[in-house]
Amino acid sequence: MIPELGNFALILALCLAVVLATVPMIGSLNNTPGWVALARPAALGQFTFLLISFACLVNAFLVNDFSVLYVAQHGNTQLPLIYKISAVWGAHEGSLLLWALILGTWTVAVSLFSRKLPAEVLARVLSVMGMVSIGFLCFMLFTSNPFERIYPAPLEGGDLNPLLQDFGLAIHPPMLYMGYVGLSVAFSFAIAALIGGKLDAAWARWSRPWTLIAWVFLTIGITLGSWWAYYELGWGGWWFWDPVENASFMPWLVATALIHSLAVTEKRGAFKRWTVLLALLAFSLSLLGTFLVRSGVLTSVHSFAADPARGLFILVFLCIVIGGSLMLYAWRAPDVSSGGKFDMFCRETLLLGNNVLLVVITAFILLGTLAPLIYEAMGWGKISVGFPWFTAMFVIFTPFLVILMGMGPLARWKKQHPGDLARQLRMALLVSIGGGVLLALPLFHGGSIWVGLAVALSLWIVSSLVLSLRQRFRYRKGLAGILKDFGARGSGSYYGMVIAHLGVAFFIIGVTLVTQFDVEQDIRMSPGQTVELAGHTFRFEGARAVKGPNYRADQGTIRVFNQDGQEVAILRPEKRTYTVQTRPMTEAGIDAGFMRDIYVSLGETLGNGDWSLRLYYKPFVRWIWLGGLLIGLGGLLAAVDRRYRMATERKTVATPSATEQLATGSRSG
Amino acid sequence: MTPKRKKRVMLIVLMLAGVAIAAAFAMQAFNENLMFFYTPSEVVSGDAPTGHMIRVGGLVTEGSVQRQSDGLTVKFDVTDNDKTVTIQYTGILPDLFREGQGIVAHGRLQQDQLFVAEEVLAKHDENYMPPEVADALKATHDKAVGGSTKKVN
Repeated sequence: MIPELGNFALILALCLAVVLATVPMIGSLNNTPGWVALARPAALGQFTFLLISFACLVNAFLVNDFSVLYVAQHGNTQLPLIYKISAVWGAHEGSLLLWALILGTWTVAVSLFSRKLPAEVLARVLSVMGMVSIGFLCFMLFTSNPFERIYPAPLEGGDLNPLLQDFGLAIHPPMLYMGYVGLSVAFSFAIAALIGGKLDAAWARWSRPWTLIAWVFLTIGITLGSWWAYYELGWGGWWFWDPVENASFMPWLVATALIHSLAVTEKRGAFKRWTVLLALLAFSLSLLGTFLVRSGVLTSVHSFAADPARGLFILVFLCIVIGGSLMLYAWRAPDVSSGGKFDMFCRETLLLGNNVLLVVITAFILLGTLAPLIYEAMGWGKISVGFPWFTAMFVIFTPFLVILMGMGPLARWKKQHPGDLARQLRMALLVSIGGGVLLALPLFHGGSIWVGLAVALSLWIVSSLVLSLRQRFRYRKGLAGILKDFGARGSGSYYGMVIAHLGVAFFIIGVTLVTQFDVEQDIRMSPGQTVELAGHTFRFEGARAVKGPNYRADQGTIRVFNQDGQEVAILRPEKRTYTVQTRPMTEAGIDAGFMRDIYVSLGETLGNGDWSLRLYYKPFVRWIWLGGLLIGLGGLLAAVDRRYRMATERKTVATPSATEQLATGSRSG
Repeated sequence: MTPKRKKRVMLIVLMLAGVAIAAAFAMQAFNENLMFFYTPSEVVSGDAPTGHMIRVGGLVTEGSVQRQSDGLTVKFDVTDNDKTVTIQYTGILPDLFREGQGIVAHGRLQQDQLFVAEEVLAKHDENYMPPEVADALKATHDKAVGGSTKKVN
């Protein structure tokens, strides 16, 4: 009964989505306030029914209702409670329901927190979100209904994929979806602005915090995913350039370009058309990401299904959304005024450089991701693009991005004399080149040009941030003035920028050191045997059988000693076999540290108590995720900036007053 | 054209030139990093190049897995139910590597037709068959194995 209720709620949600997508939009076009006013209640109603539907599916998992096909496939009576809940989005149908629910949540959030928005603008934004919702709800109801019944009901469920029975995976998809779907808000704002023909700084100011929040979720989601892959897949990798990883990374890159370009549009009224295009592109890429994941057209650990009907549906949906929005853009964008003028060299051009580089990187990743499809469609053979290519593409462009990143915060809007900027930055240049050369010398770890480069780039970011902070504090009197500045309007964006850029510095160091200096060894070990690796002694104490709630495992014990013979860690990696799906799974033993991780995986038993083991020493690997978290934190700070919550919202082009421009205008944002 | 406009055009030209050069390098690197897929039949008939990074995939033949004396080097056969290639790999095999399972290996083909793998992939889902392997099996028309055993879930 309850699953039918869920199904019915889903249908009602679709009906309300249709209302939301049509009535307020039409009302806003022919000035019918009554129709426009329908947007909020329709959004709220859609959300309520989606929530009911989602609750019904959660309930089905909790009570082990195996008459529901989806639950029978992915649920199990022995599953621990938390994984019964996370199993809801552990596979195709349920994750779509989560997608739809999150879209509903964003729609309601926009309707609640945008009270200052003119009613017809809000109505259009919500309408566009309703259209997206129709697409997803139809997809679910017609091709992948999570409430489909099975008769006769099996006695026991097929269990959740053991890889997914993990806390990291319980929270990774919702985070990522919040980001993916959150970009639909920026998309809807852009479409609404194109329809209304009113693209100004106020528009940028409205859509900026939403874009930032979505971007924060995406950042955290990707970081969590990378961390999860590291400890759960058992082979110590933290990024694989897997098609699905790329699918989440591409919207992130474009959204990164978008938040920077929105800053220009908000502050200077420039880049309007470009910003709109980026907003359309970012959401299109997240839809493409969904397409790649769901249709299973690309070989990937993430693909749930390989059903052509689903693939076709998403493809058509994708064409409508991307094609439609680009057509609207082509039709309306020429009417948009070009806005703020600027010089050849100024902060605008530096940010433009950032945008170009980010889009170019995205384009190459897109090429590499889709190349196997293109080759196969053209009959050129079955290919895959090697990991090194993606890495090379990223490593070639990132240094330029970082150089701009150091200059941007110090450069002035509108007009900047290059010599002045060079003078301001000469200390940063000196520090970074000096540090880079020093660390590239053979004194340290035998010297590595890559480490030198990474250190130079990170120091460049950090020292230019210090210079920027010093410049900002010059206008704030004493410590009290500085403390007061933390709460001032516009400072959320500024300090958010500082923290996020600092995160990039951490990320660069982490990535470079772990790729350059990680040590890996596959080895056969007998109980009691020791082996030296990266200044540590590993002693294998043998393995014994242990039993978990829904699995059996062989658990190895490895003691790790440092050079002085002191024990630094006892690691207990496991080889698990889950009772229902009977597939083996490697659970790594990790000793985490700020400066290094020690990581051990069990391979297979070789008889006589011998095991093959994989030992890793991974320096600075945590800095990768620390960097990711800092980037997310910076975005969050920027999103909660006071100026987005000011009661006296300025709805015209924001030109900061002269004094403000002197103090903050040239540096914040 | 005003001087200002000229400057701006110059900037755009410079940017485009930069992007074009980058794209040229990228495409060259792209071609070097392409890995083509070959079925065991293609390898045996000599269609696959030796010494290049390629991918080979098929089902692991039952009873073919031999562990060498060092405990880490493994030799096994993969088949598309027509022809068979021997693969050698040193290291720890993935969790889902099993006889009868579809796998894909990255590596280089030696002159003596031995395929030395640098990486062996068995997918994280036992219902899942690498699409290349499925196609290769389909091509040999072996109904007993059922080329597309992909279970939709």
